[in-house]
Amino acid sequence: MLPALSTIVLLPADASAHGPALDHHLLLNLWIILGLAAFAHVLLLAGLSLRRSSQPVHLWTIEYLPLALLAILFSALAVRAEQLWAETRYTGSSPEATQIEVTGLQFAWYFRYPGPDATFGTTQPRFASAPEGNPIGIDPADPHSADDLVTSELVIPADREIDLTLHAQDVIHGFAVPELRLKQNAVPGENIHIHFTATRPGIYAILCTQLCGTGHYRMNANLRVVAPDEFQAWIAAREKAAHP
Amino acid sequence: MPSTITPINTEWEKKRRLDDHDSGHGRRPPTDKRTGGGGDNDNWNDRPQGRRGPREKLSRARLGLFFALAGDTMFFVAIVSAFFVAQGTSHIDAYNRYINEWFPTAVPPILWLNTAVLLLSSVTMEIARRTMFRENDVMDEWLGLGKPITRRALPWLTATTVLGLLFLAGQAEAWRQLGLQHVFFASNPSSHFFYLITYTHAFHLFLGIGALGASLITLYASRQLETRQILVDCTAWYWHTMGLFWIFLFVLLAFFQ
Amino acid sequence: MTPPSPPKNSSLYSLSPGPSLFSTDHRAIGRQYLALALFAVVIGTLLSLLMRAHLVWPAWAVPLYGPILPEGYLSLVTLHGTIMLFFVLTTAPQSGFGNLILPAQIGARQMAFPHLNAASFWLTALALIVLLASPFVPGGAAISGWTAYPPLSAVASAGPGQAAGMDLWLASIALFAVASTLSSINTLVTVARLRCEGMTWNRLPLTVWGWFTAALLSVIAFSVLLAALLLLYCDRHAGTSFFLPTGDLINGVIHTHGNGSPLLWLHLFWFFGHPEVYIAILPGMGLTSMVLANFSHRRVFGYRLMIATTLLIGLLGILLWGHHMFVAGLNPFASTAFSATTIAIALPASAKVLSWIATIWRARPHYSSAMLFALGFVSLFITGGLTGPILAQPILDEYLHNTFFVVAHFHLIMAMAGIFGLFSATYYWFPLLSATSRHPGCLLSERLGRWHFWLTLVGAYATFLPMHFTGLAGEPRHYAQLTEIPNAAGRMLAATVPLNLHITYAAIFLAAAQLVFLANLIRSLRHPAPSPPNPWHATTLEWHPALHPRARLDASDALKVLRGPCDYRTPDSGKAFFVTQWNHEATPDIKPE
Repeated sequence: MLPALSTIVLLPADASAHGPALDHHLLLNLWIILGLAAFAHVLLLAGLSLRRSSQPVHLWTIEYLPLALLAILFSALAVRAEQLWAETRYTGSSPEATQIEVTGLQFAWYFRYPGPDATFGTTQPRFASAPEGNPIGIDPADPHSADDLVTSELVIPADREIDLTLHAQDVIHGFAVPELRLKQNAVPGENIHIHFTATRPGIYAILCTQLCGTGHYRMNANLRVVAPDEFQAWIAAREKAAHP
Repeated sequence: MPSTITPINTEWEKKRRLDDHDSGHGRRPPTDKRTGGGGDNDNWNDRPQGRRGPREKLSRARLGLFFALAGDTMFFVAIVSAFFVAQGTSHIDAYNRYINEWFPTAVPPILWLNTAVLLLSSVTMEIARRTMFRENDVMDEWLGLGKPITRRALPWLTATTVLGLLFLAGQAEAWRQLGLQHVFFASNPSSHFFYLITYTHAFHLFLGIGALGASLITLYASRQLETRQILVDCTAWYWHTMGLFWIFLFVLLAFFQ
Repeated sequence: MTPPSPPKNSSLYSLSPGPSLFSTDHRAIGRQYLALALFAVVIGTLLSLLMRAHLVWPAWAVPLYGPILPEGYLSLVTLHGTIMLFFVLTTAPQSGFGNLILPAQIGARQMAFPHLNAASFWLTALALIVLLASPFVPGGAAISGWTAYPPLSAVASAGPGQAAGMDLWLASIALFAVASTLSSINTLVTVARLRCEGMTWNRLPLTVWGWFTAALLSVIAFSVLLAALLLLYCDRHAGTSFFLPTGDLINGVIHTHGNGSPLLWLHLFWFFGHPEVYIAILPGMGLTSMVLANFSHRRVFGYRLMIATTLLIGLLGILLWGHHMFVAGLNPFASTAFSATTIAIALPASAKVLSWIATIWRARPHYSSAMLFALGFVSLFITGGLTGPILAQPILDEYLHNTFFVVAHFHLIMAMAGIFGLFSATYYWFPLLSATSRHPGCLLSERLGRWHFWLTLVGAYATFLPMHFTGLAGEPRHYAQLTEIPNAAGRMLAATVPLNLHITYAAIFLAAAQLVFLANLIRSLRHPAPSPPNPWHATTLEWHPALHPRARLDASDALKVLRGPCDYRTPDSGKAFFVTQWNHEATPDIKPE
C-alpha cells in the first residue's frame, strides 16, 4: 500500500533504511490533514447552507473539546515524529560506519574517501584550486593525504551505515538526496555529520537545496549505491588509478 | 418573547475594594492631575468625560517613548547575544586544533570616568525633570507670573548637556587610546564588539544630546508649558535609559569578555 | 441620518483643509499606504509571473529585455519576496487599513502622533524606491532571497548583484524597519490612550486587537532585524566577521580574520522573520471574525477567547523561529524544542477557525463581497494552516525543507489568506476609504465583487494546491531552471515540469482575475454609487456618523460607547435587530438590497 500511496503524492521511491518509517509518518500526516481540511470545509459549507437557527452557545463543546482532541492528535503525531528524529539525529553514527566527506562549493559537490589509512588528510583553503585538480584544498604535505580519493560522484555500498561529514567552502549549501530522505545544510566553518544506510542499489540525485548563487539549480551530483563487493572493487580501481 | 440569545460576556465585574489608599507615608495625599477621559482605568462610571489635557498628552508621550525604548532594548539584546555567540564560536582547524580567536579587548580606564560622568548626568537630568513639574512654579507660569520653571531648569539641563558631551569626548578619547594600541574596529572579533557597542551607544547618546538641545531651545521658543514639560520629561527618561544601557554594556565589556 | 454637507471654508468640518501631500490626517496617510501597497502588489505580481513563465518556458525572451538569466531569475525571487512580504503584507493590513480605520473604531479623531505617522509613511515610500532602484545598479538586484543568508549576502563577490544591489536591499529594509517600528509605536499608544469614553479593553473590536498585537510584535521583531542588518553591513563594509567564518573561500579570496558564524544570522533573522508572518496575518484574522459576525448577524463566538488567542498567537510567535532552521545546522535537541512550540501554536489558530465556523453556523448570512472574501480567508487559512503541523515535525521537514511544499504552505496561509483579508477589508470599508470631507463614501460594485471572489478563489487553489505535489516530488525552491540539467537530478526535476506548467497557467489566470478588481475600483471612483451611512448594519464605531470625514469636528466630543461590538439579536419571533456600540436603542436589521 505504501508504494501506491507514495505514487499518488509523487513521493519518489525510497531507498534508505530510515525512509519507510518517515514515509509512513508523512503519509499518515497527509491523510490526517486531508481529512481535517475536508471535514472543516464540510462544516463550513454545512453551516452556511443549513436553515437558520439560534446561535450556538456552548463554548466547551464547540471550542475546548475539539481543541483538546486536536491537542492530543497533534501531540501524538509530534511524539512519533520526535522518536524518528531522535533515531536519526540524536546520536552519531556507529564507529564502523563508512566515513565520507562531502564538500559543497559554488557550484559542485566533491566527495572524499579517506583511503586505506582511514584518516582524512588536512585541508586548507589556500591549497584549494579546482583547475589544479585539488578542489577541496587537500594539504599535500600531510602524509594522510596521499591515499585520499576525491570524486565528483558519491558511490556508497548498500546496507552499510554511511557517515557523511558536510563541509561548505564558500556559502551555505544544502545537501539533499530526496530519494534517500536526506537533507542537511552544509555551513561554512562547521563540520556537520549525518548518517544513514542505503538499501537499494541505483543511481539517485543529490541536489543543492539552499540558495547559493547563480549556479544553485545545477549544483547536483549522482549518488550511486552499489553492492558492497562492487564498492570494494570500485574503490580499489580508483585508488590504483589515482596513486599508481 | 424573551430573546434566546445568551449574551456573551464581554464585561468584567470589577471588584470594588474598600481601601483608604493610605500607605502610611504621612505625606499629603496625591493630587489627581487627570483632566479628562483617557481611555485607561476604565473608570467611566465615576468620572465625567472631559477634554484630554496636558496630563493625558504627557502620558501618551511617555508611553510612546516606552515602546520605542522596548524596541531599542531588543536591538541591544540582539547585539549582546551576537556578542556571546561570537565569544563562544570556535572552529577546529586543519590540524585538529581547537581555535577560538577571542582576545578580550582591555577596557581603557577612562571608561570608568566616563561611566561616572554619565551617572552624574543622569542625576542632573532628573533634577532638571523635577523642576519642570514643581507645582508652585507651574501655577506661577500658568498665571503668567514670569518663567520660574525656565529659570530653574536651565542650569540643570545645561549641566546635563555638558556632562553628556563630556561623556562623548571621553568615548572618543577611549577610541583614540585604543587606536594608539592598534586596536581598531576591524582588528579582531572582540574589538568588533567593543567598537560596535560603544559606537551604537554613543550614537544613541548623541541623539539624546540633540533632544537636550531641542529641550533647551523649546524652553524659550515654545509658548505652551505642556510642550516644554513633555519634551524635558521624555528626554529625561530616554537619558536615564541610555545610562542604564550603558551600565549593562560597560559591565559586559569590562567583566564578561 | 446623513451627515450635513459642510459649508465652504469651515474649519470645523475637517482636520485637513484639503488634500496635501504631507498630510497628517490618519485617513490620508492610510490611503497613501494603501496606494503604495497597491503599486507594490502589482509589481510583485508581475515579477512572479515572469518567474513562473521562465520556469516552464526557459527560452522565452522578455520583450525589450531578453531571456531571463539565472541571476535575473534569482533577483526576481528576491524582489518578489521582499516586495510582497514587506511592502504589501506588512503595510496594507497594518499601516494602511490600520491608519484608516483604527482611530475611528476606538472613537479617536486621530492617531497619537500624527507627524510621526506621516514620517513613517514617507520613510516606507523611500524604502520602496530604494528597493526598486536596485535592479538598475551595476550587477543588478540582490540574488540572495528575502532571507539574505550570509556568506552569500555578506561577500560582494559571491554572486552578481551582491555588491551594489545587496547594499540597496540592506538600505531599503533598514529604512522599512525603522518606519515600521515608528508606525507600530503610534498604533500601540493610540490603542492604549486614545479610546473614547466607554471603550474598555474588552469592548475593543477584534480588528483592533489584531492591530495591537501585530504592533507589539513589530516593535520587538523589527529592532532585531535592524541589529542583524547593521551586523551584515559591518561584515560587508567594515571588515568585521560576525557571519563570516575563518577560511571561507569565495571566488578565490580567502577570508582569514575573525571567526564568525552564518548561523548567527539565521537566528537573528528568523527571530524577526517568524513574528513578521504573524504581523502579516493577525489583522486579517481579526477582520474575518468581525466581518463574519456582521454579515451573519451574529455575535462573534467566544469573544474573550478570540482576544486571548490573538495575544497567545502573538506570544507564541516569538518563540518558534527555529523551525526555519531544523536542517540548517541547529542542535537536534533545539529542533525538538522549537518543534514543540510550533505545534503548540496550532491550537490557538484552530480555536479561531472553530470560532469562525461557529459564528456562521446556521446563520444564513448575507453574501456580500466582503463576506465572501472573509469566507475565502477561512478556507485558505484552513488549507494552508494544516500543512503547518507537517512542517513543524523535524523528521518530515528533513524531506520537505526548501521544497515547493513549503512554498505552497506559506502562499496559501499568508499570501492568499492575507490578500483575501485585504480584499474583504476593501469591499467592507470602501465607503469609509472613499469618503473625504468633500465626497460622501461610495460602494464597490457587488456584482463585480462576486466575480472577483470566485475567479480569485479558484485561481488561488489552482495555483498553489499543485505545488504541494511538486514539493513532495522533491522540487526545490529557488531553482532558476528545471530542464536541461544533467544526471539523475535532471530527470527528477524534469518530471515536475508538467505540473509546473499547470501552475503557471493557473498563476496567469489568478493574476488576470485581479483585473476585475481594478475595473471595479476604477468604475466606483469614476461613477460612484453613494453609500448609505452604515450600509452593512455594522455595530462598530467606525460607522458612527460623528466620525465620518464630513462630520463636524466637535461632533465626536460626545462619543460614548455603551456595549461590546456585534450585538445582533434575533428573537425567536419577530424581526431581527441590532444595537450599535453607541446607540441606546436597537435598529431594525432589515437585510440590505
